[in-house]
Amino acid sequence: MNVAKETSSPSSLRLVLTLAIAGLVSGMAIIGIYEATLPTITENKARELREAVFKVLPGVSQMQALVYRDGELIVVEAPDKDEPVIYGGYDEQGDFVGYAMPAAGPGFQDTIGILYGYNPAEKIVVGMEVLESRETPGLGDKIYKDAVFVGGFSALSVEPEIVAVKKGTKSQPNEIDAITGATISSKAVVRIINETHAQWSAQLSAPGSEPQLEATESAGTEVEQ
Amino acid sequence: MKKNQSQEELLKGIWRDNPVFVQVLGMCPMLAVTNSAINAVAMGMATFFVLVGSSFLVSTFRHLIPKQVRISCFIIIIATFVTIADYTLLALVPTVHKELGAFIPLIVANCLILGRQEAFASKHPTKLAVMDAVGMASGFMLALLSLGAVREILGDGALFGVKLFGENFEPWVIMVLPPGGFLTLGVILLFFNWFKYKKDEFLEDVAAAERSGN
Repeated sequence: MNVAKETSSPSSLRLVLTLAIAGLVSGMAIIGIYEATLPTITENKARELREAVFKVLPGVSQMQALVYRDGELIVVEAPDKDEPVIYGGYDEQGDFVGYAMPAAGPGFQDTIGILYGYNPAEKIVVGMEVLESRETPGLGDKIYKDAVFVGGFSALSVEPEIVAVKKGTKSQPNEIDAITGATISSKAVVRIINETHAQWSAQLSAPGSEPQLEATESAGTEVEQ
Repeated sequence: MKKNQSQEELLKGIWRDNPVFVQVLGMCPMLAVTNSAINAVAMGMATFFVLVGSSFLVSTFRHLIPKQVRISCFIIIIATFVTIADYTLLALVPTVHKELGAFIPLIVANCLILGRQEAFASKHPTKLAVMDAVGMASGFMLALLSLGAVREILGDGALFGVKLFGENFEPWVIMVLPPGGFLTLGVILLFFNWFKYKKDEFLEDVAAAERSGN
């Protein structure tokens, strides 16, 4: 019976129906897995961001998102889509420590996305974390795997601008040793920080007048009003 | 007899008909993600899941799928499994997912998987199809792992991220770059063909000896 079924050509309706059913079942499976994994994925991303902020700003235990609107930095709960966001980092007493600045730009292979901690009072970069990169494994990926290079961003002056120099020749506070064999990726990271700094430096609040930490409860009541 | 056949289907993929070293299928992920052992294992496991799942479904529904639209149906089934693997990896191991990047969605286009559906799963009962898929996927994983391990050891002086040599080891950087994939694969293919040649020669010798003995 099977043989007969396979040799006679089936009606177009059957072909269409088979594909429609297959597509429907497949679509439902995909929606199912998307819905099932979405909370974990969102949570992972939020946790990754929090961890990165705490990593690039030593001493920080609380953070809030900041956006630049109408000439000043304001605190937002949920920033608009495509609106540049930076993060204010605060210590346990709620005192301002520094900004965590997301930055992105072209690397050797693809866009490199980083987050760096910036201390506006001393005008220094205090930490750097690569969030996204497709740099060459074994070479360019040292921008986040090489502890010496990453550690070089712990007290790096941004004045007049950061300069990547040949490994072992760092002599100025604004110089950082590039990675041997990954000069392009090292320079890309430096260029990304310089560009982002140039873009934001005028928009950041003057040292001492940074936005205050708003407790999460007060943010909740604001929404109610 | 029945047991022997399923064992045979399972084992052939690992060595005699190894999808990479003998059939030379699935070269794109083979060369692209084998720059470290951990990436190779993750890619191997994702492919394993997709291949076994697709073979199971294709074989189970092989009488229901009209042969005029079979390729489309296979692709729908494969793509669904790939999407499931993609989201699962993203949720469970985001760091590995980041490393593998675009190559997870590209499993859909891995000719090894579609090849097994067309050549085997659509013509055999479910049990044999699953055995065949497990064997082929294991063979693929084995191949990925052997390439990944060689390239990581030579190119980075490490295996699974653990440094094997002292500070003075000078990594052979070319091995983790694309040319290293071609070089390593070439050497392994050379070995496989040499082995096969030697085996055939040996079998001929044995046959000749038997003839003269008689």
